[in-house]
Amino acid sequence: MSESPATTTEAPAIAQEHTAAPLPRLLLGVQSHEGPLGLEAHLAVHGPLPSAHERRRRRRRDGANALIEEVERAGLRGRGGAAFPTARKMRAVAERGRRAVVVANAAEGEPASLKDRTLLETAPHLVLDGGILAAQAVGAQELILCVCESALASYESLACAIEERSTMQTSDPSPRLHLTTVPAGYVTGQESALVSRLNGGVAKPTFTPPMPFEAGVGHRPTLLDNVETLAHVALIARHGADWFRRLGTPSQPGSTLVTLAGPVAYPGVYEIEHGASLASLIEAGGGTTARPRAVLLGGYGGAWVGGEHLGSLSLSNEHLAPHGASLGAGVVLLLSEHACPVAETARAARWLADESAGQCGPCVHGLDAIAATVQEIAGGVAQADATQRIAQLAALTRGRGACRHPDGAVKFVLSAAETFAEELADHARHGRCEACAQPGELPLPVRAASQVAAGVGRPVQPARPGRRLP
Amino acid sequence: MSHRLRVNPITCEAHGMCAELLPECISLDEWGYPVIDEQPVPDALVDHARRAALACPTFALLLERDRVRG
Amino acid sequence: MSPTFAAAGGSAYWYLTRSTGAMALLLLTLAIAIGVVDVKRWSTARWPRFVVDSLHRNVSLLAMVFLSLHILTAVLDSFASIPLIDAFVPFVGSYRPFWLGLGAVSFDLLLAVTITSLLRQRIGYASWRAIHWLTYASWPIALLHGLGTGSDVTSAWLLALSLACVAMVAGAVLVRVLTGPERTRLRGATLGGAGLFAVFLLLWLPSGPLGSEWARRSGTPTSLLAHSKTVAKSGSGR
Repeated sequence: MSESPATTTEAPAIAQEHTAAPLPRLLLGVQSHEGPLGLEAHLAVHGPLPSAHERRRRRRRDGANALIEEVERAGLRGRGGAAFPTARKMRAVAERGRRAVVVANAAEGEPASLKDRTLLETAPHLVLDGGILAAQAVGAQELILCVCESALASYESLACAIEERSTMQTSDPSPRLHLTTVPAGYVTGQESALVSRLNGGVAKPTFTPPMPFEAGVGHRPTLLDNVETLAHVALIARHGADWFRRLGTPSQPGSTLVTLAGPVAYPGVYEIEHGASLASLIEAGGGTTARPRAVLLGGYGGAWVGGEHLGSLSLSNEHLAPHGASLGAGVVLLLSEHACPVAETARAARWLADESAGQCGPCVHGLDAIAATVQEIAGGVAQADATQRIAQLAALTRGRGACRHPDGAVKFVLSAAETFAEELADHARHGRCEACAQPGELPLPVRAASQVAAGVGRPVQPARPGRRLP
Repeated sequence: MSHRLRVNPITCEAHGMCAELLPECISLDEWGYPVIDEQPVPDALVDHARRAALACPTFALLLERDRVRG
Repeated sequence: MSPTFAAAGGSAYWYLTRSTGAMALLLLTLAIAIGVVDVKRWSTARWPRFVVDSLHRNVSLLAMVFLSLHILTAVLDSFASIPLIDAFVPFVGSYRPFWLGLGAVSFDLLLAVTITSLLRQRIGYASWRAIHWLTYASWPIALLHGLGTGSDVTSAWLLALSLACVAMVAGAVLVRVLTGPERTRLRGATLGGAGLFAVFLLLWLPSGPLGSEWARRSGTPTSLLAHSKTVAKSGSGR
């Protein structure tokens, strides 16, 4: 079934659900090969890509864009974390009537997520199919694939796949393919940050409007999609919307990639259907190796759910909403009972503050103050009203940045404050616990010194009272 | 037609003139950055709002007509 | 009006151009000082930020008004032939070309600053800010123009005014540089430059404008030199 266990810091193991034929879809055929599926193998596994003409004929429509309609019927939503309806985005770009650009986003700045890398390292042709189809649907002649500069294997895999494609004959107009890298960083994969980088600027979010679909790369309407989303588009084009909807829930149809991490036997990237139970995912992951205290869902902009609920959780946004959580970028990160949740939250809060692009005062100061307060609580040196202070800071920070980074960070901390309320109160009163001394469990990359020097991080100085410096 | 105030948080450098000129709609947080009232600007204050937007040294404060969101 | 006054040796325009010139220098000095208060974000309850900012903008505009009057009256005055072009193109005139030309340089810089400030919304903050730095360059050039061209340079009131302006700008620059967040190298260079300028003034004034026959040495056309000597002897206005 699955390969040998691997931690999240090594190459991910690939495994599949213990169900029959419905899954895997994206990861179909991947197991039996080492390395990525080549073009031939890809076509053997998934079948040929239907031509545009063929698709129009199948839908018996003229004029209307068959693919966008199919994607709309399938109910596909973005897999980058925001879950925006994909067809709506495609339509918005297509309707601009000007020559568009398609960007495939594999920046994957979320440290706990490995799905995009994994997808590119195993099924790059599926991503290319989706990107090319999307480009044809919105009238784009360029497809730009963006990979994190540290994801060398993904880059090579895509480069090889693009090379293989160049020899392929197609009857449909094919967009020009570009492969480029973006610097590592939590916010570099944000839509406007990516567009800014592609336009020759820094990889930092910009003020919107205009949105990328209005004026993005080269001021042209830009369709920016996560690579997993595009891979799903490629499958919907082949098998249709009805097939897509056979898995998942009515409100969240289809399958999705999740990164299972923490105290499980086989952490790694799994393909599940929306609505699958957390228990079945853990089972597929070989079961837990330590009792989980809580689970972090969605990523560091997501939310915690306490251990007592783990048995009843279903992995779809509908089912997670009452718990204040969502799937986000597909991160399912278990925290073991050995870890100190307060110390981990303090580490993560500080990391989130450091990952600010440093452009907006409320984000820079707010996240810094929140991190400092959580660190004080963790160290037992907090003021009496520390938790109120966090709530107050959260209200001041939320929604006042140019991007959603401060919102996510605030959500993460507030959710931790609620889920680990007891442990927080304990630390506030008695200071550090035994588990605090343990090395951190949450995967948080340390910034290279060169990046700090280059000003990626927090160049904005904290204000001093009375003299408000920018 | 109603007007709304919005601040570009990237260009804002916390000069604080907006809050001085339109205290009814803008207050400053503990770091000197503007907190804008979400509500539309009352008609009687639109001229003051325009003045506040022009006074901003970095043009971070924007006075916008309400658009129908598509 | 003017022919009669010219014959008497001091036309109204001549007086006006000297006084408006002095006023322009004073207002420019004030604008710089208030500008530093503005950029340092100093404010009190009675002098809130928007007042300091408005004051800076208005004093600057007033300085430009007086500067324009200064140029206009200089052109209209018939004593020295100064065509309008001399206000814009430096060093091409016949009357004290170098020292008058410095005035044109200063005026050109201030024109750039004024126009960009009036069109701020079009050109954007970054470009506006970059050009605004030119005000620090325009001031010493204007001062040298005043000391080199002005015919009152030996009078106590002008020297006192110039000294006051120098003191104010020196103070403003010190505050700007010593309390700013800029790098130490830049600070050092600025302080060094300012210090050099002060030393230059101290050395140059006694042998230059305050020295003998400055009118001739500064490039006054010979045809006017005789006249001014006559004027000096008659004791009007000097």
